[in-house]
Amino acid sequence: MSNNNASSSLAVAYRAVKQLRLEASVRRIQVSQAATDLKNFCLQNAHKDPLLMGVPSGDNPFRPPKSCGLL
Amino acid sequence: MAAQEVQPSETIAKLKSESEALKTKLEEERAKLHDVELHQVAEKVEPLGQFVMKTRRTLKGHGNKVLCMDWCKDKRRIVSSSQDGKVIVWDAFTTNKEHAVTMPCTWVMACAYAPSGCAVACGGLDNKCSVYPLSLDKNENLAAKKKSVAMHTNYLSACSFTNSDMQILTSSGDGTCALWDVESGQLLQSFHGHAADVLCLDLAPSETGNTFVSGGCDKKANVWDMRSGQCIQSFETHESDINSVRYYPSGDAFASGSDDATCRLYDLRADREVAIYSKESIIFGASSVDFSISGRLLFGGYNDYTINVWDVLKGTRVSILFGHENRVSTLRVSPDGTAFCSGSWDHTLRVWA
Repeated sequence: MSNNNASSSLAVAYRAVKQLRLEASVRRIQVSQAATDLKNFCLQNAHKDPLLMGVPSGDNPFRPPKSCGLL
Repeated sequence: MAAQEVQPSETIAKLKSESEALKTKLEEERAKLHDVELHQVAEKVEPLGQFVMKTRRTLKGHGNKVLCMDWCKDKRRIVSSSQDGKVIVWDAFTTNKEHAVTMPCTWVMACAYAPSGCAVACGGLDNKCSVYPLSLDKNENLAAKKKSVAMHTNYLSACSFTNSDMQILTSSGDGTCALWDVESGQLLQSFHGHAADVLCLDLAPSETGNTFVSGGCDKKANVWDMRSGQCIQSFETHESDINSVRYYPSGDAFASGSDDATCRLYDLRADREVAIYSKESIIFGASSVDFSISGRLLFGGYNDYTINVWDVLKGTRVSILFGHENRVSTLRVSPDGTAFCSGSWDHTLRVWA
């Protein structure tokens, strides 16, 4: 029985090392580059963002009061 | 020659020290590329003005805590689920209830709308994820058409359809995530790696490819390859359970909300945390986060009943929204970004714009 415990701990330890090797090998870029790309995405898409820009009440279906047009 | 037996304990010790060495190496490699902070890059960006966001609709009808909600792609319908076992489909424009289903279990912690708008998925303490096709006939008994898709060995914490109505991704208290075929109920792929309950998941925007991120009680956020089942990146900087994860609209980053009262932003290409959204005055956990469609705003629902709105680039809070009378448990921005909906333990959902 102690053999079984030992071999399953071994399997767990081996899997952990394998996973860490994979994560360590990931290709990374500089934060300055990544941050610049995030910033540019925000700025390029800002005009399309209704919650950011605010849209006139007439254009936002949620802004005008609840419709009374029940047929 | 007598065979020399290598003791398993020696090998385990060797593997453990290699493990520690790799963790240190990982931190060193990440640190080497940490040349600047996100808010520094954003210094010259114009600050945001005052925000006027109010509750525009209140959806009343649940008899107990609202636990989860999701928008339909038509930008007006919403599905929500509650502790009392009820799943309700609403028209958010008119606040009318269109469908209601009573689940055989309480604490329906997960619900999702199918991309076609023709079905909803939900589950919770029943350890399953079930799909209900939505009938145009309001009198039809939805429960009769129910299809059981996913089976976990503990509660279902989150579910999401993939690009079609045909596959569902689930996360569970049993520590795993899984991908299922809706038609056959077959398990297509399982994802092992979290050391405790998985509480949330989010699929990468379709342009980015086949990955998703999950967050758990082990304080880790893991990014997974859907085809291989492999965990490709892992982030462990939160100090408590991660309740919510959401991809940044470009797919290059994701945000998380945690019981440690912070929200954080992780960049996938830099492979590290790049921002923390926190204040000394915020001491209650963040239960749910979502981005506005440009990614500039991060909305966080908190256990202190408020919603905090953060400037993602500058790291500052731009607004605090009051209204709910109990914990905010779920929050999603509408598909076209014109509004966002929050659900709360106060039994209601609110649509804000």
